[in-house]
Amino acid sequence: MPRRLSYRHALREAFDEELARDPMVVLMGEEVAQYNGAYKVTEGLWDKWGDDRIVDTPISEAGFIGMGIGASMLGVRPVMELMFWSFYTVAWDQIVNNAAMVRYMSGGKINCPIVIRGPANGGTGVGATHSHTPENILANFPGMKCVCPSNAYDAKGLMKAAIRDNDPVMFMESTKLYGEEWDVPSNDELPDGELFIPLGVADVKREGSDITLIAHGRAVITCLKAAEILEAEHGISAEVVDIRTIRPLDEETILESVAKTHRAIYVEENKPFCGVGAQIAYMIQSTIFDELDAPVLRINSLDAPAIYSPPLEAIQLPTPEVVVEKALSIC
Amino acid sequence: MAKATSSAPPAGSHAAAPINQSLTPDDKIGLYRLMSRIRRFEQVSLQHYQGGKMAGFLHLYIGQESVAVGTISLLGENDHVITAYRDHAHALAVGMGMDECMAELFGKATGCSKGKGGSMHYFEPSKNYWGGHGIVAGQTPLGLGLAYGLKFKKLKGAALCYLGDGAVNQGAFHESLNLAALWSLPVIYIIENNGYSMGTSQSRSSAYPSCLAERAAGYDMDWELFSGEDIYEVRARTQVAIERAHTLSRPAVLEIATYRWEGHSVADANKEKYRTKEEVERFKNEHDPIQRWRRVLIEEGIASEEDLKKIDKEAQKEAEASGDFAKASPYPTPESIFEDVYWEVDNKTDAGQTGRHFFND
Ligand SMILES: Cc1ncc(C[n+]2csc(CCOP(=O)(O)OP(=O)(O)O)c2C)c(N)n1
Ligand SMILES: [Mg+2]
Repeated sequence: MPRRLSYRHALREAFDEELARDPMVVLMGEEVAQYNGAYKVTEGLWDKWGDDRIVDTPISEAGFIGMGIGASMLGVRPVMELMFWSFYTVAWDQIVNNAAMVRYMSGGKINCPIVIRGPANGGTGVGATHSHTPENILANFPGMKCVCPSNAYDAKGLMKAAIRDNDPVMFMESTKLYGEEWDVPSNDELPDGELFIPLGVADVKREGSDITLIAHGRAVITCLKAAEILEAEHGISAEVVDIRTIRPLDEETILESVAKTHRAIYVEENKPFCGVGAQIAYMIQSTIFDELDAPVLRINSLDAPAIYSPPLEAIQLPTPEVVVEKALSIC
Repeated sequence: MAKATSSAPPAGSHAAAPINQSLTPDDKIGLYRLMSRIRRFEQVSLQHYQGGKMAGFLHLYIGQESVAVGTISLLGENDHVITAYRDHAHALAVGMGMDECMAELFGKATGCSKGKGGSMHYFEPSKNYWGGHGIVAGQTPLGLGLAYGLKFKKLKGAALCYLGDGAVNQGAFHESLNLAALWSLPVIYIIENNGYSMGTSQSRSSAYPSCLAERAAGYDMDWELFSGEDIYEVRARTQVAIERAHTLSRPAVLEIATYRWEGHSVADANKEKYRTKEEVERFKNEHDPIQRWRRVLIEEGIASEEDLKKIDKEAQKEAEASGDFAKASPYPTPESIFEDVYWEVDNKTDAGQTGRHFFND
């Protein structure tokens, strides 16, 4: 039996292994230590690693995120939790003008090996202020990297890569996925002795021949469900490509898949305007226009601030049914 | 000018303050009724939360009622209120109805924000109530803005801006303090100090001289620290700041000591870990602001046990009825997702009909 691990537990293993590997790694954020993390991602780490390595901060996002960026310039490797990615707005100046730009403006003399992480998702009834998904906004800034794992296996492997990366990595998780379990082999089951997934490598989560569903984060799960329905009820074979990291982006895997299926839909829980799907749709049509048998489509969250009302919030985000409907419109 | 208040005034002196002397017996019973209604409203909302009727967070104010009720009871026509996500009590205290507040928690179209905001995002500008804010300290510059608006419009009023003991560490709050003092704006920051920000105690999150409010001294601003348990005291001490705001347009920081009985939110998994059972029990048994006011009313001969029990019963009934109202109310329609985004679009103006506003494929 392969080992089953929850998304949050997989992340915790990645932290634990990196804390052991590199004494410069420090975990920081609101309630990450003594409270064990608002979403229990860091549970047990303070007990094991103590005050020096696992640090509770006051509610001062601009201050502590900026501090982490500054410390990273000196070689500390901070892994900073935003209790919700939604609170990035409070720290935005630090993230953009310092983390993303200091390398460039110093002519390459400085780099920021920092990870900023936390959940970025809607769908949990916490209203517009707490449901932001800023991956497209973050990826808009050259100098930053942006990672959105869809499952526990990827979350662990990508987190290890993010911590070892010498550039600022924005790592976006999902409270909807924290409790879900996937197969995650233990290190002694792995040929390299550890689970490590380089940034910038997409993953084909399901093979198919009629249409490519491309997605990141939890939308990948939505696509996998939609692919099952398409297969069972409509005899359509959908391939699902999980891009895993938004910047750097694995364009080849996407293009190879679309060149095979000749149809593509980008699915994301993000807003449509200048969303990740907009970039990828552009890239596909400009690169392999002749391979396309239909326009590249996209599915986003409905274009309004996140509504609280639970049944409406559920339809504001992409559902497998909507993906199926869109797929049928071009298949 | 800034003054510390370490020496407690003699017992009973707050009852003698003119602002409290002016209270009629009916007013005093009204304060009791309001606190009782707030507590019953939240207890009933908790039951419905546990029954799966709502999503997300529910931050309860139980144990802190005297702070919102005492301070808001002092407000007049041009005084304004703004707070954070622990916002149910302030909403009821400014006169919002239980029905619309409960329906908002259920995400119903009849809710005070049409089901769009949820527990953390109540608003009622017609009652000078500007929310209900989910981002910690995000309301603090807005409170300043309300004060700026009052001064700009030459109105005699004050903005009461509530925040927690954890929120004091946000930069936006400090910038607001400087602006308030620099431009002499009539904003009164009320730190509702319940000792904890989520699971973090005050001493683990803040550096301060004698208390959090004393930080205001660094901005050459008036400040006070006092207990929120006794409504007389809350009213007497807050009134001083309101008068200064009204007559001198001076800002202030008031730190009011209080305690929340429940977890940070209903989802607080560690509520029995970061503070002891004894501590919570002590506040419940010895420092319940409602019990305290109850004793005052009985001692003053204003109400009997029976009278007060009757009020509690009525409050309970009203709260339960608001639950029924919320249950029976419809959810918003899917089309309404796109309403209330742009004023111009909602009002079908030229501006609202020029160019594309929404990008649904
Ligand atoms: C900018 C921001 N950071 C973090 C949070 C998460 N959060 C919500 S309430 C809270 C604790 C606030 O405590 P305090 O200010 O003392 O208010 P209380 O809850 O005690 O009323 C935290 C960390 C948030 N909502 N916004
Ligand atoms: Mg607090």
